[in-house]
Amino acid sequence: MNAKPYWFKIKRFIIQSCTILSLFFSSQICFAAGEKITFPKLDWSFSGITGTFDRASQQRGLQVYKEVCAGCHGVRLLAYRNLKAIGYNDDEIKAFASENSVNTLNDDGEVVEREARPSDKFVSPYPNEKAARVANGGAYPPDLSLIVKARSDGANYLHALLTGYVDAPDEQKIPDGMYYNKYYPGKLIGMPQPLYEDGVEYADGTKATPNQMAKDVTAFLAWAAEPEMEDRKRLGISVILFLLVLTLLSYLAMKQIWAPIKNR
Amino acid sequence: MSKAKFKNPVVKWIDHRLPIFSFMDHELNHYPTPKNLNYFWNFGSLAGIALVTMIITGIVLSMNYTAHVDYAFDSVERIMRDVNHGWLIRYIHMNGASFFFIVVYIHIFRGLYYGSYKAPRELLWILGVLILLLMMATAFMGYVLPWGQMSFWGATVITNLFSAIPLVGESIVTWLWGGFSVDNSTLNRFFSLHFVLPFVIVGVVILHLVALHRFGSNNPIGIDVKGTQDTLPFNPYYTIKDLFGLGVFLTIFAAAVFFFPNFMGHPDNYIEANPMVTPAHIVPEWYFLPFYAILRAIPDKLGGVLFMFGSIAVLFVIPWLDRSSVRSSQFRPIFKIFFWILLADCVLLGYLGAMPAEGIYVILSRIATAYYFFHFLILFPLLPYIEKTKPLPISISEPVLSGSSPASAFAFREKK
Repeated sequence: MNAKPYWFKIKRFIIQSCTILSLFFSSQICFAAGEKITFPKLDWSFSGITGTFDRASQQRGLQVYKEVCAGCHGVRLLAYRNLKAIGYNDDEIKAFASENSVNTLNDDGEVVEREARPSDKFVSPYPNEKAARVANGGAYPPDLSLIVKARSDGANYLHALLTGYVDAPDEQKIPDGMYYNKYYPGKLIGMPQPLYEDGVEYADGTKATPNQMAKDVTAFLAWAAEPEMEDRKRLGISVILFLLVLTLLSYLAMKQIWAPIKNR
Repeated sequence: MSKAKFKNPVVKWIDHRLPIFSFMDHELNHYPTPKNLNYFWNFGSLAGIALVTMIITGIVLSMNYTAHVDYAFDSVERIMRDVNHGWLIRYIHMNGASFFFIVVYIHIFRGLYYGSYKAPRELLWILGVLILLLMMATAFMGYVLPWGQMSFWGATVITNLFSAIPLVGESIVTWLWGGFSVDNSTLNRFFSLHFVLPFVIVGVVILHLVALHRFGSNNPIGIDVKGTQDTLPFNPYYTIKDLFGLGVFLTIFAAAVFFFPNFMGHPDNYIEANPMVTPAHIVPEWYFLPFYAILRAIPDKLGGVLFMFGSIAVLFVIPWLDRSSVRSSQFRPIFKIFFWILLADCVLLGYLGAMPAEGIYVILSRIATAYYFFHFLILFPLLPYIEKTKPLPISISEPVLSGSSPASAFAFREKK
């Protein structure tokens, strides 16, 4: 048999692989293009395989959440103790938690209120969905614990949404209790514009522009959705370095073991 | 049957009464394997390792999971946040499912390309298709467990397919649900079945291996092993090659788990299931998309269901649909071209499964579905009558040692 040279087979394999991969990725691109709304892509400190959260930005974000969002939105999957991860100490967390109250039972079996402790989950603004809808004209302000993970390209989407309140075009009719937002699917959203110039007063002196506040609260909520992210990426780099060495060693061992067969 | 010699007296004592060491020595050490296997033969062992990984991570997850509509979503988030390294276990399990399917799909297409389903390996192939079917059932039920929006609505859409069965359809759906909608009893039984089915898969995998070891692996040129000059002992030649392949696989897998864990998932599944809110587009996991495209290509509900299940059912009988006695595509020039068309067709179906069922996508889905069945039902039986196959080599040793005859190769081996 006059078998084709080995490099030819490799070349053909690469070409075929590329064809399949390009088919796959072009389908992904088409999929993305199918969504009508595109939002600005920001350079987040936590994107990329070595990205980490910006502590100062997260702390400002917590302040924005507390002073602006928490009136309507909960982050029920976060516990106050989790705030240690964004740079608060035990006393600060205790003080932060104690501003809220939770229901508990006393020794007589009666429901009483007590101050929230670091071990408690963030107290949500409404006791249930029904109460939330009644208070918001039928709209339900979603819990924000996972919002960055629960939307496609979540961080950019959230930032765009928070800064997407513009004057509606003349032909657009705005029903009562609805607001125009150029980044919201359908453009009409039940949430009024939350962020205004100097809406909060940052402790660290950063100027509180709507853009800055949107970025900060997104950084906070990105962490709330993926509190394990920094650990995950750090461990991932070690694991992959280990695997690369293992793979290289097994490759060399394979070449050596197979050498007598290949060179015969 | 070579009688293995063991030095260790304990091993010897046990082996005399229970020949488990002889068995392992025979099937894992000396097991004669064709010497010309390429890297596509790595995917069988990778699939086995993926299965074991899924079972181990799955057992750990089940220890921390609560199968109840009110607690399932939060119990998964508790695993992600409060269980030590719970996020790692869950992301391995979640991405492991996708990688298991990637590996198995490559394994299947390798079998199609090199004719590994042909005599005497028909049962080996059928057991493999059975494993695929069990995997699909297991993966589908596993995706329901986190109780996100896609879990709930995916379960609703897929279980509703059975309502297409005439007369008894509605009753069957109620029976599957254990109620009148996808609810707590559905979640409970899905958890139970998702736990037990992987062990059924292990059983079928063992049968798959028994059938494999009866005649040994097929090989890239698809001709039978003629003697010991065509084979190598599995250990160390293929143990080390499998280890290298595993290293490459784990590196890619780790990159997904640690850096892009949600790339293959749908963001909507991080929204807790809500029977009152239907997502804009209900899409299954990517590995079901080709079948989903076939389902939607047929304008009739029952027809769609039949074609979807038919697309798997046809795989069971391809050992008899393909009438050619030549196994490998290397010697079947026309078959080879159609193989690549089939692969492109399946990728296209996957793409169409993710698109909304409207306009050009519906027409393309119908063409792609038609081609899928044409390939197996018409092309496979008829092609041998028009295709002129290339001459087959005399033995495996010949093409491997290009330039020298089998006799000289054998002589050289003797000299060593």
